[in-house]
Amino acid sequence: MFRYIIQRIIYSIPIALGVTVIVFSLVYLGPGDPLDAVLPDDATAADVQEIKELYGFDKPLPVQYAIWLGRAVTGDLGTSIGTGQPVTDGLKRAVVNTLILAFFASIFGFTIASVLGIVAGYHHGRWADKVVSTLAITGVSVPNYWLAIVLIIIFSVELNWLPSLGMGPGESAAWTLDWAHMRHMILPMIGVSIISMGIIARSMRAAVAEILNQEFVQTLRSKGLMERQVLRHVVKNAAPTVMAVTGLQIGNLMGGSILIETIFAWPGTGFLLNEAIFRRDLPVLQGTILVLAMFFVTVNLIVDVMQTSVDPRIRRD
Amino acid sequence: MNTSSETARSTISLPDGVEIPTGALEVRSYWQNVFQRLRRDPVTVTCLVIVLLIILMAIFAPYLAPADPYKASMLKRLAAIGTAGYPLGADELGRDMLSRLIYGGRISLLMGIIPVFVALFVGGTMGVIAGFVGGRTNMLIMRLMDVFYAFPSIMLAIAISGALGAGIGNGLLALTLVFIPPITRIAESVTTQVRSFDFVEAARASGAGSWTIIRVHVLSNVLGPVFIYATSLVSVGIIIASGLSFLGLGVSPPAADWGLMLSTLRQSIYVNPMVCALPGVMIFITSLCFNLMSDGLRSAMDVRL
Repeated sequence: MFRYIIQRIIYSIPIALGVTVIVFSLVYLGPGDPLDAVLPDDATAADVQEIKELYGFDKPLPVQYAIWLGRAVTGDLGTSIGTGQPVTDGLKRAVVNTLILAFFASIFGFTIASVLGIVAGYHHGRWADKVVSTLAITGVSVPNYWLAIVLIIIFSVELNWLPSLGMGPGESAAWTLDWAHMRHMILPMIGVSIISMGIIARSMRAAVAEILNQEFVQTLRSKGLMERQVLRHVVKNAAPTVMAVTGLQIGNLMGGSILIETIFAWPGTGFLLNEAIFRRDLPVLQGTILVLAMFFVTVNLIVDVMQTSVDPRIRRD
Repeated sequence: MNTSSETARSTISLPDGVEIPTGALEVRSYWQNVFQRLRRDPVTVTCLVIVLLIILMAIFAPYLAPADPYKASMLKRLAAIGTAGYPLGADELGRDMLSRLIYGGRISLLMGIIPVFVALFVGGTMGVIAGFVGGRTNMLIMRLMDVFYAFPSIMLAIAISGALGAGIGNGLLALTLVFIPPITRIAESVTTQVRSFDFVEAARASGAGSWTIIRVHVLSNVLGPVFIYATSLVSVGIIIASGLSFLGLGVSPPAADWGLMLSTLRQSIYVNPMVCALPGVMIFITSLCFNLMSDGLRSAMDVRL
């Protein structure tokens, strides 16, 4: 097992490097010189040259990449064009806030999706299955930013039950686990997790239905196990598949939260990205995407290792 | 898989004029089977019809829209649904919602469908090459795709079009790049399966060249599953494309686009929530129908991915 973990980590390194190459090249995708945004209009050619040297833009691209990567590894993601502050300053708090939302959203989404998926798979083809399947495909097809707006219209505008903006009451930066903060969590959490919920429920349903058809289930039943115990075996066998899907969904959940955070004014990475796009603040865009993508690579690595420890048959060599 | 289309023959004629009835031997072609299954699936057929109607609505928008989608009227700002002359109300500048919704499908559908088709061509080609050639070529292509897979799809789309700047062209490019990796993966895995089938072996043994094998055997078996998978991506494409417009990365105002309309109307939910939710309803219906249609076609065509 230990050897396998090491193997997986080594396999992830080229992918992580590839990710850094893509993120690095983001800045060069856009029109014009990346320096245009920082240079004053009346800059002379000598000024431009000086600033280019200062930022290292005069060096060939591979060298620039190496320097950028070296800095990024040590936690220096450059300076925000918008605020003049180091990118990491704002990013740290935003990442924490996004993770708080993603944590609750994934637990919420995973729990509901699993229960629904198991019920549907167990009652395959019957009305419970049809209801869940309809709900699941609705969840997959719904634009989550629209659902978020509809939730605000219903629960904030019409009923006035739940707040629609921010992470908590007042301007206090610290987030604590209490009702006042959780009230702010409910709507964004639903908005962020809805699509993943549909996808996880669908894969859980398919996995449970398929395993129920296998011969060992018949054996368990003929041994006289109670239905509850049979179901436990079935769920255990469905777990690896669903775990793989869930791992992928955590990434989509964080990606999808970019829009949801904008709607709920949740001060996370999505909010930060939206501002960066609006101001064309490429260092912030680059830094945020890099951190999120690296987080996603790590999550996939962990899921893969966990999956293998649950079911050694699916080892990827 | 591809079966030859044999015509049904209920009797066999022998040379001496005797006919032997063979009622049970009726052979239906693959496509006849597919249509048979589709006929028994009203949901898929309904969705197919709705999708076609939405596409037709977008194409013939100038003939269908009752009013000019760009004509603003200060007096009718955020008029309620059912106001005279404004059957679905008016937006924050007093423009007719019904006409804007009809026009809005044009960009949303284009942004959802074109990238999938381009990606189907590029990703499909790369996947078939990777799967058919195997070895180092496969390694190279698939590892490259793994790197793109490390980004959640919507994040990759936002990152690329955020870096490129707003505009339809940039949005199309971003979405195409997002869809190439998943299509390549599916095409590669199906090609790898097909390559190991006996009939490919037989073709090779009888002297067929690689190109002939790809053209005759591989493509005919790979296209179906990959195409079905691609139709399910259209729904994702429409949601992401509208999401980009929502962030201000797609088209710019005053263009009528569902995502952009939703974004600008968001400020007015306290005044007229029903009207503000309408563009999202259109995105939702379109994406739901594409999804259900893709699901139905998948089971009718008996494709397992």
